[in-house]
Amino acid sequence: MLTFVIRRLIGLIVVMFVLSVLVFLLFFETPGVDPARLMAGRNPNPETIKAIRHEFGLDRPLPVRYALMMKRMFITRDLISYGSHTKVIPEIIAAAPVTFSLVFGAAVIWVVFSILFGLAAAVLRGTIWDPLLMVLALIGISIPVFWLGEIVNLFTQSRWHNFFLFSWVPPLGYTPLTQDPLKWFEGLVFPWLTLSVLYVGFYARVLRANLIETENEDYIRTARSKGISERRVLLKHNLRTSMIAFVSLFGLDFGILVAGGALLTEVVFGLPGVGLLTYNSLTSLDLPVIMTTVIYGAFFITLASALVDLLYAWLDPRVRPT
Amino acid sequence: MAVFEPEAEGIILDAEETGGDVVGRSPWALAGRRLVRNKLAMGAGVLFLAIVAVSLAAPLYAHRVAHTDPFEPNLSGTFQLNGKTVQVIQQGGGKLGLGETPVGPTWHSKYLIGADQLGRDVMARVLYGGRASLFIGFGSALLACTLALVLALVAGYFGGTVDLVLSRLMDLIWAFPLYLFAISLATVLLARPTNKPLKIGFVTLNARSLWIPLLIIGLVYVPYVYRPIRGQVLSLREKEFVEAALAQGAGSFRLVFREILPNVISTVIVLLPLMIATTILTEAALSYLSIGVQSPQASWGTIIQDGQALLYSRPWVAILPGIFIVLTVLALNVFGDGLRDALDPRSKVRVK
Repeated sequence: MLTFVIRRLIGLIVVMFVLSVLVFLLFFETPGVDPARLMAGRNPNPETIKAIRHEFGLDRPLPVRYALMMKRMFITRDLISYGSHTKVIPEIIAAAPVTFSLVFGAAVIWVVFSILFGLAAAVLRGTIWDPLLMVLALIGISIPVFWLGEIVNLFTQSRWHNFFLFSWVPPLGYTPLTQDPLKWFEGLVFPWLTLSVLYVGFYARVLRANLIETENEDYIRTARSKGISERRVLLKHNLRTSMIAFVSLFGLDFGILVAGGALLTEVVFGLPGVGLLTYNSLTSLDLPVIMTTVIYGAFFITLASALVDLLYAWLDPRVRPT
Repeated sequence: MAVFEPEAEGIILDAEETGGDVVGRSPWALAGRRLVRNKLAMGAGVLFLAIVAVSLAAPLYAHRVAHTDPFEPNLSGTFQLNGKTVQVIQQGGGKLGLGETPVGPTWHSKYLIGADQLGRDVMARVLYGGRASLFIGFGSALLACTLALVLALVAGYFGGTVDLVLSRLMDLIWAFPLYLFAISLATVLLARPTNKPLKIGFVTLNARSLWIPLLIIGLVYVPYVYRPIRGQVLSLREKEFVEAALAQGAGSFRLVFREILPNVISTVIVLLPLMIATTILTEAALSYLSIGVQSPQASWGTIIQDGQALLYSRPWVAILPGIFIVLTVLALNVFGDGLRDALDPRSKVRVK
C-alpha cells in the first residue's frame, strides 16, 4: 500500500508540473500572440504593456519566465488583475464557497433522482415506463443548461412570479449560508434543479444499463435460488455492484463541476462563483484571472482524482497494482 | 424461472441471421436492415435531416418569404402588418414606458417570431444560425474523430513508449475541465485585433471565421473519442486474424489499414452522431459565453445570448433557437442509439 501511495503521489506531482507547463505555453508561447498585450486587457496603453513585459520577465529566457509565473501564482500569490486591480487569488478563494454550494446541492439532487429513475426503469423493463423514462432521460441530456436556466428564469422571475407557487423565489443572486440560511436555500433551489437535469438523465441511463448487465450474473441467480426476496436481490446484490461505475463517474464529474464546469449555470443565474469570475474576466479579457482559474481548476481535479484513487485502493486491495 | 431469454432490445434477428436459407449479406447490409426496422431511430433521423434541410434553405426563407437581410440592422424600419404600418423597434415598450422594444411575434411571413434588439428578423437568423451550428457541429465532430482515430491507430499499433506518451497526454486533457480548456484556447485565438488575421503555418484565419470555434471544439474532444478506439485497437491487435496476417508476412501498413482499421471504423461511425450532438451543445455554450461564433455571424448559441437581454419582454428570441438545439441534439442522440444497436449491439458506447 505504501509503495502505491508513493507512486501515485509522484505521478500526481508529474501531472501537475506538465499541466502547469502546458497552460503556461498555451498562454505565453502561442506563436503570433503577444502575452504582454493579452495581459494588459482591452485597449491598453504602451506603458502598461512595457511594465508588464518587465514584471513578468518576458525579455528573459523561457525557463525563467515559467519560474517567475509559477512563483507569483503559488508562492507569493500576488498576481494582480489588470481589470479590477485586485489580487486574483483571494478573489478566487472568496468565490469558491458559492460554486461549492451550487455543485453540492445539485449533486445531492442528481444522485437521489438518477438512482430512483435508473432503478425504476430497470425494474419496469418490458413495460411502457422503461422506454418512457429513458426518452425523458435523453431529453434531459439534450437540453443546453444555460437555455434551461433562461426558461426557468422567465417563469420564476417574470411570467409566473406572482403565482403563489413561485412568489417566494428571490431575485437572481447569492446570499451566503452564514448570513441567512433560508435565503441561501431559496436562491439556490432553481440553480440546483437546472444544473442537475443533465446529470440525472445521464446517470439514470448509466445505472439502468449496469443494473441490466449485472442481472445476468451468476451470483444474482444464486441469490434468487436461495429464496431471497426480489427487493433484497435488487437493492443488496445488484444495486451495490452496479453503483461502482456510478461512483467513479460521480467523483470525476463532481471535481470538474467544482473546478469551473458549473460556469454556465453560474452565469445564467448570476451566482458569483469561480465560473462567473472566469466569465467576467473573459469579457474584459483579464488574462491573469483566466489563467489562474484554469491552473487552479486543473490542479483541483488532479488532486481530487488522486484522492479518489487512494480511497479506492484502500477500500479494494485488488486495485493496487503490484 | 430458469428460462434463457435472448436479449430483445430493438434487435430482432432475421431468418438469414439465425440460419435457414442463407442469403449472402455483408454485416453492413444486415446492420442497415436492423436500423431501418428501428422506427424510433428512423424517425429521429428524418427529423434531423429536416432540420438540416430547413437550415440550408435559410437564404431562400430570408429573401423569398421574409424579404429581409437578417445580418443588417434595421433600427428605424417599418413594415405592413394587417394593413397597418408597424415600427420594427417600438419606443416605450418597457415596464415604465421607457426604452425600446423590438416588435414581438407577428405570426406572419415578416418577423414571424419578432425582431431582435437591432431589428433583425429572428426567424431568418435562427435558420442562418442553424447553418453555422450544424457546420461547426459536423466539422468539429469529424475533426475530433479523425484525429482520435489516427492517434489511436498509431498508439495502439506501435504500443510501448508512443502509446504511453500519447495516452498520458490524452488523460491529462481528459482531466481538464472542458470549458476551461476551450476558454484558454479561445482567449488565445480570439484575443487579437479583428483586422489582424491568425496565421498558423500557411493557413490564415480571420478572427471571425467559423473555423476557429470548429478547431477549438474539435481539439477539445479528441481524448473522448481516443480512449474507446485505442482500447479496441489494443484488443484487436491480439486477435487471431491479425496474427494470421502477420504470419502471411503482412507489413505494418497492411496490418493497420487492411486488418485493424476496418474493424474499428464501425465504432467511429457509432460515435459520430453522438459526437455531433455533443459538439453542437458545446458550440452553443461557447457562443453563449461569447467565445464561439463571433458577430455578425450568428449561431443558435449567439441568438440565445442576444435573447437574454430581451428575455422578459420578448422571450421568443431566446426560446426558439433553444428548441432547435434540443430537437437537433435529441434527434442525433436517438438516431445514434439506434445506430449503435444496429451496428454494434454489445457496445458500451454511451451518450454524454
